[in-house]
Amino acid sequence: MTSNNSDASTNTDTSSASSVTSSLGPLDLEKGQGTKEQSIEEIVASLGDTVGKTRVDNPKMSATGVDVFYADKQAIFGVDLDIANNEVISMIGPSGCGKSTLLRCLNRMNDTIPICKVTGELTLDGEDIYGRDTDPVLLRARVGMVFQKPNPFPKSIYENVAYGPRLHGLSRNKSELDDIVITSLRKAGIFEEVKDRLDAPGTGLSGGQQQRLCIARTIACSPEVILMDEPCSALDPIATAKIEELINELSENYAIAIVTHSMQQAARVSQRTAYFHLGKLVEVGHTADIFTNPRHELTEKYITGRFG
Amino acid sequence: MNHTDPTDSETSDADRSSTDTLGMTRSDTTAKVKASIKKRYARERRFRLYGLIAILSSLSFLAILVFTITKNGLPAFKQTFIQLDVTLDAKTLGLGDEPDQAQLLKANYNGTIKKALLAQFPDVKKRKDKKALYKLISKGGQYDLQRQVMESPDLIGQSKTVWLPAGDDASGYLKGMVDVTIPEKKRRFKDNQIEWIESLKQDNRVAERFNWTFFERGDSREPEMAGIKGALFGSILTLMVTLILSFPIAVASAIYLEEFAPRNKWTDIIEVNINNLAAVPSIVFGLLGLAVFINFFQLPRSAPVVGGLVLSLMTLPTIIISSRAALKSVPPSIRDAALGLGASNLQVVFHHVLPLALPGILTGTIIGMAQALGETAPLLMIGMVAFIVDVPATITDPATVLPVQIFQWADLPEKGFVEKTSAAIMVLLAFLVAMNTFAVILRRKFERKW
Ligand SMILES: Nc1ncnc2c1ncn2[C@@H]1O[C@H](COP(=O)(O)OP(=O)(O)OP(=O)(O)O)[C@@H](O)[C@H]1O
Ligand SMILES: [Mg+2]
Repeated sequence: MTSNNSDASTNTDTSSASSVTSSLGPLDLEKGQGTKEQSIEEIVASLGDTVGKTRVDNPKMSATGVDVFYADKQAIFGVDLDIANNEVISMIGPSGCGKSTLLRCLNRMNDTIPICKVTGELTLDGEDIYGRDTDPVLLRARVGMVFQKPNPFPKSIYENVAYGPRLHGLSRNKSELDDIVITSLRKAGIFEEVKDRLDAPGTGLSGGQQQRLCIARTIACSPEVILMDEPCSALDPIATAKIEELINELSENYAIAIVTHSMQQAARVSQRTAYFHLGKLVEVGHTADIFTNPRHELTEKYITGRFG
Repeated sequence: MNHTDPTDSETSDADRSSTDTLGMTRSDTTAKVKASIKKRYARERRFRLYGLIAILSSLSFLAILVFTITKNGLPAFKQTFIQLDVTLDAKTLGLGDEPDQAQLLKANYNGTIKKALLAQFPDVKKRKDKKALYKLISKGGQYDLQRQVMESPDLIGQSKTVWLPAGDDASGYLKGMVDVTIPEKKRRFKDNQIEWIESLKQDNRVAERFNWTFFERGDSREPEMAGIKGALFGSILTLMVTLILSFPIAVASAIYLEEFAPRNKWTDIIEVNINNLAAVPSIVFGLLGLAVFINFFQLPRSAPVVGGLVLSLMTLPTIIISSRAALKSVPPSIRDAALGLGASNLQVVFHHVLPLALPGILTGTIIGMAQALGETAPLLMIGMVAFIVDVPATITDPATVLPVQIFQWADLPEKGFVEKTSAAIMVLLAFLVAMNTFAVILRRKFERKW
């Protein structure tokens, strides 16, 4: 920290140059050290097409030329990306690079933000999800989401998990519903902890337990695609391992997109990895390749921990 | 460390470097913090003291208010009765043989009472004295007698001992509210009347009972016969109309505006207008009610239905504003969670948002209703200030409401109405407390338990 201070103070003039750069303070360090390499800004400005294969053979969901705007501010720039059936794709990148934004586009959660505008094409099983006759309610039943912050309903644990199945009429009677609830809780690795207090409020759990409850709630609806926004950020290593196990298990039947800040986690759970930077999809490829042999220099810088 | 927010780290860096250049050591900082901590605590103590003073002074005002009202109003809950031996002979009553109900209704009960009084005090001969004597018994006494006779007509021709309500001045004297040290000329209750009352007292012909009349009757010109029931029922009916109209409309508008309406120029205009409506003086709503509901729609005057309509116009903005605030305070993450599971907007609102907002909505409603309960001005405009004796049974019957009744009684010269006014205020406050208690119970029920 101390060594950074001097750099930061010498670079205050450049860091206030534009809003884009000021949202990426640490990049100034790179420049401050006076390397001969190209500066990050220059690289980002000259970013062209995504490096790597964005398309897959059996896409479950696919994005083509997606731009997202928050009012006048563009958050996503022309992203092309496929999510394959039965695969886990992880999205990585520095904070604020638009991972959550893209994820929320995939089940139209961005509809709730009035200033948010999405252009380009997004499809689920080949159908345009922003099309006129696509029902966002049905879409969200098929594409489930686990949010960055745990957000259980202020109801009992049982009610939290039972809400989705009840909403969609997935069970015919109470015992079927009980089954769904228990299986979902067990899959999310929380059943043992809460089995004695299913009637206790979900908001009374610890942060990590709440997050697993939210995962249980999502898988109880048996969606086709699961979007997870940093599902393990509040979890201890044991719970994280459980969730990763769950992701592995689920990937046999579902398509899963997971945003994570932990590169080890991305390496452990995903088959493919997409690296985002300032709203652009920089590189996408097999996870092993991205982490061992990144082709784009921004990707390399990020995974080697030189920024972000 | 975490480089997500460079501005943050920059300021903290700047702080640190400036303290470094000042050559501050750690112990300096400690000393400075210690010095300032004392000041901060002192400030906090002072602030607490101000708060305590504010609360205590408002409490003492409240205590004074309640004390004076109770002191003035308590006598109104007592009613004094005088016992007389009345002879219900057909001649005095002005009845022939076999009278029917209509004749019984019109019979001269007053004369019978007067006769009984004269029989009690045979010495009274002068016309003026007789008149003073008659005043000992309330004019309402004849109706009590009338009721008894109509219930059992075979009383006619018999003698009966009855308790009749004392007149206004007599009951005032019996309740100890007449200052006998004042010279007779300046006093309404004369010496001879005092003499008669004292002699009745000695014969054990005077009694004080709980004033059921006050709760069983409507308004009257005679203070001892005037009751609050008419105004109470008028208030209940009016508030029922207000609640039934304003609660659903207000909550529905709040939900629509907060959850469904697009944010644009029109909703902005609506929002500004609702806020303005909440600030419109209530008498304006009365004028509006007069022009629209009575003159245009030809609804009956003085009726709780019109009062309720006018008051709901007044309470609507209050409930809408507080409901919107309550809806807005529900965390967006809950909405996201439900939407993400595939709930429709309507389901999100009714399954999650509304239950969480309900306590706030109920608070707003009760504030609106309390306002409506205490409102006088707009009701004056639509004629609810009329003198109405009958207790209203439906929302179209002419009626008055508690605050208007208080206003009317406060204006009357008779001594008995002073205590009635305070008693009516007590009833109004009791009504308010009951309403609030009900709301608190409801809130408790709906408040989330975690
Ligand atoms: N509701 C919003 N309104 C306006 N701008 C937004 C909104 N949400 C996100 N943004 C902007 O969009 C950009 C991308 O945000 P996003 O939340 O997608 O980042 P992220 O990659 O998920 O970051 P993190 O890893 O910190 O969660 C940011 O610059 C952010 O300021
Ligand atoms: Mg995010």
